Amino acid sequence: MMDWLQRLGSTSLSVFERLGRGNLFLLRILAALPSLVARPGLVIAQLYSVGVLSMMLIVISGLNVGMVLGLQGYNTLVDFGSEESLGQLVALSLVRELGPVVAALLFAGRAGSALTAEIGLMKATEQLSGMEMMAVDPLKRVIAPRFIAGIISMPLLAAMFSAVGVLGGFFVGVGLLGVDSGAFWSQMQSKVDLYDDILNGVIKSIVFGFVAAWIAVFEGYDAAPSTEGVSRATTRTVVHTAFAVLGLDFILTALMFGDE
Amino acid sequence: MMQKRTMEIGVGVFVAAGIAALIMLAMKVSNLAAFTNQQGYEVTARFENIGGLKERSAVTVAGVRIGRVKSIVFDDKDYEAVVTMNIEAQHDRLPADTSASILTAGLLGEQYVALEPGGDEAFLKAGGDIKLTQSAIILEKMVGQFLFDKAAGGDGKKEEGAVP
Repeated sequence: MMDWLQRLGSTSLSVFERLGRGNLFLLRILAALPSLVARPGLVIAQLYSVGVLSMMLIVISGLNVGMVLGLQGYNTLVDFGSEESLGQLVALSLVRELGPVVAALLFAGRAGSALTAEIGLMKATEQLSGMEMMAVDPLKRVIAPRFIAGIISMPLLAAMFSAVGVLGGFFVGVGLLGVDSGAFWSQMQSKVDLYDDILNGVIKSIVFGFVAAWIAVFEGYDAAPSTEGVSRATTRTVVHTAFAVLGLDFILTALMFGDE
Repeated sequence: MMQKRTMEIGVGVFVAAGIAALIMLAMKVSNLAAFTNQQGYEVTARFENIGGLKERSAVTVAGVRIGRVKSIVFDDKDYEAVVTMNIEAQHDRLPADTSASILTAGLLGEQYVALEPGGDEAFLKAGGDIKLTQSAIILEKMVGQFLFDKAAGGDGKKEEGAVP
């Protein structure tokens, strides 16, 4: 019994310790951000590896999700004779939920894990300590550019996901299933609101980008400096980001769309 | 050096594609186009019951949308709903005795305000008031009325010779 209590206590203490370390780490990153203004090249290099290389995955997934939504939505809507609402269904589900959430999950798998592994290995091979020895702050040189690149890429990726998904729904709905193309777009435009839907979707994706990038760089920086530690940190990045994104999504949705 | 160039081009393509996607969402998917010509003039109308009318519902004449409902407030003096509508500026030739009614698009569709131009020579001005209004038709009330008429139907017809 005492052993069990002790284990519970030590687990909770370590959880809180990690949370605290994570928050302090975030503060230090935020403090390091202004120094990036002088060196935009660092951010551009990270935008390439975080954003550009994720683009193909996001576009292809978005297209497929949109096409599946088009097919499934059509099958349900046609029972009520309202298949013209297909555009509205596809656009609203993508812009409000699927775009930000699925893009964030893919982002965690594609870019977040890579960030963690890279930083974790830098730590394990003592490159980070080496930088400190040369009076280069690794937070400014390594961590902050990756963090800000994640925040910038995420809304762009989510927007691409939604836009390509709408096109995918259009191809399936109009091209394959014969929904009227005018009705598809006009129903969509009459029901999707710029502020309520699209702007809220963008806000969601910025929040997810923030959380995903934060978790990724923190796990990397906090990884045990060994092969095993890096592999565990990479797994944790994906798992924790998925939890955080899905949990936050519920909270954000409740805040944004709860009072309709 | 060459490698840096391709990398920067890649980032440029990425950012441009992201912004293009955002613009496409804003212009093509959402109702931004309906928002852009916000300048217009406002008229108000009082309804006994607005049914399911909402802010930003359409205001139409002859089935063509010429504006949107801007706000709906309850007037607790007359127990009426005051609906403020924003009419697009180019449609400034509505007669002063225009009437407004709340209709439903289709059987279960959205509700909207339909304006019916009258014959007055003067036109509605900004801040004007539409006097003739017809409330929304509440489906439940109609069904109730119908059932009531049906129940009372037998002797009602004989006494008054009323229309069925």
